[in-house]
Amino acid sequence: MNLTLKIWRQKNANDKGKLVDYKINDVSPDMSFLEMLDVLNEDLINKGDDPVAFDHDCREGICGMCSLYINGEAHGPDRGVTTCQLHMRMFKDGDTIFIEPFRATAFPVIKDLVVDRSAFDRIQHAGGFISINTSGNTVDANTIPVNKHDADEAFEAATCIGCGACVASCKNSSAMLFVGAKVSQFALLPQGRIEATDRVLNMVKQMDEEGFGNCTNTGACEVECPKGISLENIARMNREYLAASLKG
Amino acid sequence: MALDSKIPKGPIADKWTNYKNHIDLVNPANKRNIDIIVVGTGLAGGSAAATLAELGYNVKAFCFQDSPRRAHSIAAQGGINAAKNYQGDGDSTYRLFYDTVKGGDYRSREANVYRLAEVSANIIDQCVAQGVPFAREYGGYLDNRSFGGVLVSRTFYAAGQTGQQLLLGAYSAMNRQIGRGKIKMYNRHEMLDVVVVGGKARGIITRNLITGEIERHAAHAVVLGTGGYGNVFFLSTNAMGSNVTAAWKAHKRGAYFANPCYTQIHPTCIPVSGDHQSKLTLMSESLRNDGRIWVPKNIKDVEAIRNKTLKPKDIPEEDRDYYLERRYPAFGNLVPRDVASRAAKERCDAGYGVNATGEAVFLDFASAIQRYGKEQAHVKGLNENDAALVKKLGQEVIKNKYGNLFQMYEKIVDQDPYNTPMMIYPAVHYTMGGIWVDYNLMTTVPGLYCIGEANFSDHGANRLGASALMQGLADGYFVLPYTIGDYLSKDIRTGKIPTNTPEFDEAEKNVRDRINHLINNNGTHSVDHFHKKLGKIMWDKVGMSRNAQGLNEAISEIKTLREEFWKDVKVPGTNEELNEELAKAGRVADFLELGELFAKDALMREESCGGHFREESVELDGEQKGEAKRDDENFAFVAAWEYKGEPSDAVLHKEDLEFVDIELKQRSYK
Repeated sequence: MNLTLKIWRQKNANDKGKLVDYKINDVSPDMSFLEMLDVLNEDLINKGDDPVAFDHDCREGICGMCSLYINGEAHGPDRGVTTCQLHMRMFKDGDTIFIEPFRATAFPVIKDLVVDRSAFDRIQHAGGFISINTSGNTVDANTIPVNKHDADEAFEAATCIGCGACVASCKNSSAMLFVGAKVSQFALLPQGRIEATDRVLNMVKQMDEEGFGNCTNTGACEVECPKGISLENIARMNREYLAASLKG
Repeated sequence: MALDSKIPKGPIADKWTNYKNHIDLVNPANKRNIDIIVVGTGLAGGSAAATLAELGYNVKAFCFQDSPRRAHSIAAQGGINAAKNYQGDGDSTYRLFYDTVKGGDYRSREANVYRLAEVSANIIDQCVAQGVPFAREYGGYLDNRSFGGVLVSRTFYAAGQTGQQLLLGAYSAMNRQIGRGKIKMYNRHEMLDVVVVGGKARGIITRNLITGEIERHAAHAVVLGTGGYGNVFFLSTNAMGSNVTAAWKAHKRGAYFANPCYTQIHPTCIPVSGDHQSKLTLMSESLRNDGRIWVPKNIKDVEAIRNKTLKPKDIPEEDRDYYLERRYPAFGNLVPRDVASRAAKERCDAGYGVNATGEAVFLDFASAIQRYGKEQAHVKGLNENDAALVKKLGQEVIKNKYGNLFQMYEKIVDQDPYNTPMMIYPAVHYTMGGIWVDYNLMTTVPGLYCIGEANFSDHGANRLGASALMQGLADGYFVLPYTIGDYLSKDIRTGKIPTNTPEFDEAEKNVRDRINHLINNNGTHSVDHFHKKLGKIMWDKVGMSRNAQGLNEAISEIKTLREEFWKDVKVPGTNEELNEELAKAGRVADFLELGELFAKDALMREESCGGHFREESVELDGEQKGEAKRDDENFAFVAAWEYKGEPSDAVLHKEDLEFVDIELKQRSYK
């Protein structure tokens, strides 16, 4: 198929940036979206132009590095996938595709489609852990039985890949799905309960300092999340936060 | 220099304990004055950085990704082995040790492997304590599954995302130390050289991938946890950024490179779909617990499947060849990876491949769905003879176990694996070879350590499933933090390492010269052009089966390609910006050197062992006819190569492997 791409080009953080049109022909439906961009870049390099910068690494939907906003949706029109798992069979011949970076005040653009998501790391530094040394001299793993339902729910929350689609999809650029997932993983496990109060207070404080917006329950984050992280995690974080604040 | 593996004396079960009891320690006050650089933040590097910081050292950690959480350990699917014997099925430290040495086709170092098995159980305790949500049974206790090459269930898992959960565990331990200021984290930084001062590793040169700034970092010791080099094949299951550069720079500074030809070709990956393919996707080995591998018995059925006039599920049982079950009745579909891969290649080479390219076999879940469905119907008191109900219940069980893998498959191939068998084919997945290290995990450069997939030590010529995660975390959490202390105890009076020395000047100049060359080359072909050509040579002549003629051709073709690359590569843009083509060019330049050494190593090793299959060395008759033939008399050694300029000049050093606790014998999975 033949396509028109409208791609956000921005030389660096200080550049204003603009959409630039590219034509690409003979795209195979079996290509992934990023493979399509590889072909475009190969062509640009051969013509002596600057290739389009975009983040990517594992290309199997787990590292969370890829971060494209395609036709107005984080990771594009398919559901339950990252950009690297989006395949060109989702598009048709003659389509025009808009490709932009994830946009949020807390995610400044570095170049073209590459953004800085280090705010997510800083939220994790504030409390995304259980304070235990890694000596291995803990109790035997099976002396901490965990109700299977809770273990499964903790796992579901822990499958967040930290890509930032939730932030990019939210009209308020809220990071509450991301933070809620981490708070929930630990809140659901007996190992994590011990520090639960401090954790939620510290992580939420850092989240606010990074300039993420508030949650107004539109649910866009859950729809666009490539891992299907549930809104329940936000509700759980709010309960944890309220309880912690009252204790505090 | 003679290789000294520094294996402690004494019985194998006591070596590690005795060693720990007698090494020198650094007291807590002195640890505060010692700096350690850790390059790479996967399971090995991440766990090492966290633990070293907890101990009190000042750690600087580096990764090329935008966050340490994205290192490629994140993509490991199936599980992690540990000799817990929670299932009471006869597992023990010795048995895990034995399985690993046997699985590695008797080409690993006994003492290292025993230690790995010994600390494996601690990993599970540690990870549970830090909140890793492993799969559990209804009673609340940990669940296990089985992996290839073993007869027990010792694999702990978190659905198909075990690597992700373990890495996020290590990342959380790192975050705690970053928050405390004990780890200084450098994201989007690439290591481009090791600095050796007075014979010891004392720092690295890095490039900031955003600004292009070339930086000097000094420390008392340098640890590389930089992963494997499977991307030398261009197509592999590695991440796009996975590379050999850090390890190769270390090699050029004096670290011997061991067994470069030992590569794992994983049997269950999604087949190549076209020329645009940028990487291959693994379908976890855990699927072989429940999936049965087959091709049609009759060539007319193969043709009908390729023409799409016949569906795989319409081929009756008696016309299917479950070739692993047929050839290896004892282990069946759970033979080790090297054996399963060669068997798939054998069937496809004979013309029985089931997709358009003829390079695919089926992995079928229909019988598992039936089995689980009946079990569930029985448990729930429902009608076990209701076919639709049984299928539905069975699919639910499979979905719980492997849901994310099935979804990945469906997105890539556009077929529903719950209703039609998956198509799979072998692909490059892991490299057992790597930087040579002694028992302390130190390379031949004092003060330079290498851990995880980047070193060579534990998996011999073939790695068993679910053992990579085990090794990465064992090295990082439990081994290196002890062994490095013994070395650093001599450095407590050294003081800060300065960066304004001739050694740093020279290393930085090297890095800058090379970057300038690449940027100003103005060639005609992109980096990928050369990388794809290298990958094709490697796959065709240094891939799943190798012979002397092909290897000699590969050596000369890679050399020619390398010369062309330096003359004709085109790198757009400048150094002073985010420039992925420049970063890729540096990595491919190193792959073009490693590739030649890889082929040279494969040519030298005139035996078949593990993942290294030499067509000249097969069993000619008897029960094992056609199987790989090892040559213990002449090749029971580790090949450690010393850098001397061109890869063709590399000098071979041999570390003889002694088998005291395990008898050397032919691997049989029949």
